[in-house]
Amino acid sequence: MNGPFDFVLSLGDDALIAAQRLGEWTSRAPEMEEDIALANIALDQLGAARLLLTYAGELEGAGRDEDALAFLRDDREFHNCLLVELPNGDFAVTMAKLFFLSAYQLPLYTALAGCADERLAAIGAKARKESAYHLDHASLWVKRLGDGTEESHRRMQAAVDEVWPYTHELFAADPAAPVDPATLRADFDATVSAVLDEATLTRPADGWMPGGGRDGMHSEHLSFLLAEMQVLHRAHPGAKW
Amino acid sequence: MSERSERTGKAGAREHSPLWEVFVRARRGLAHTHVGSLHAPDAELALRNARDLYTRRQEGVSIWVVPAGAITASSPDEKDAFFDPAADKVYRHPTFYEVPDGVAHL
Repeated sequence: MNGPFDFVLSLGDDALIAAQRLGEWTSRAPEMEEDIALANIALDQLGAARLLLTYAGELEGAGRDEDALAFLRDDREFHNCLLVELPNGDFAVTMAKLFFLSAYQLPLYTALAGCADERLAAIGAKARKESAYHLDHASLWVKRLGDGTEESHRRMQAAVDEVWPYTHELFAADPAAPVDPATLRADFDATVSAVLDEATLTRPADGWMPGGGRDGMHSEHLSFLLAEMQVLHRAHPGAKW
Repeated sequence: MSERSERTGKAGAREHSPLWEVFVRARRGLAHTHVGSLHAPDAELALRNARDLYTRRQEGVSIWVVPAGAITASSPDEKDAFFDPAADKVYRHPTFYEVPDGVAHL
């Protein structure tokens, strides 16, 4: 990565793709109340994505607004982490993804709120409150499923094992960024360990560490996601909505 | 899978998610007001769901959740015996007094 544009773009892409995946749950959650909670979180992520992408467009100075950045880039130009583009899987996989994402976003936005860039500080201050809620919600479910029935425990552990390798990419060092992601790792580890312990789940060993999302090298899932997200904008370029 | 077995499954899920009544006091509100009800497996989730459904996470609001089973309601059949004797005894109502200026919330 280089420069504040790439950094802000990557955070915006994380939020945008996470929102898209959560949106897929609408009307399919295990309970009506959970449906609303997931839609709520998706809305928060989309809100953060809009602020970040708008600012990224301004930093770039090439006249691209949030819509141009969201709808007119292809997968090689997206900088989101691989974690957010993974399919939703069952409810446990979705909660594992949300848990790891929000355990990363909370210290990230908190640190951004105190950074020198005023726009980023304002975005961080707004988004960290939402992240605290997302983390609270996901932690609750990780504990409930982990410490629930034998079957829910099995599925939650499987979900944590499946998603864990994708967390390493989040903390790749970038000393030039307004907040170096490597400095967030200790906070993330502390949060994750405490919740997994309480959930009677085992923290997976660090082995395979897939990466590349920040450089536009994505899993095969992203291009399908983008095809669906962008289809109308691509069919009618330049239209007003 | 038949439609019936799906429906039975849902009813089963609902048994684990009892009904909760929700009371909310707004940021500048004086008292908790009953705003509705929802299903949740326990009080913790009922609170969180209530926050999403009824308060949109506004800061500074207070929420109470109560299992519907814990509420005892007055019976509509006994309404007359319950409330009527009070209505025809005007001395039960503090309507004789001039409310002094500056007394709020009476």
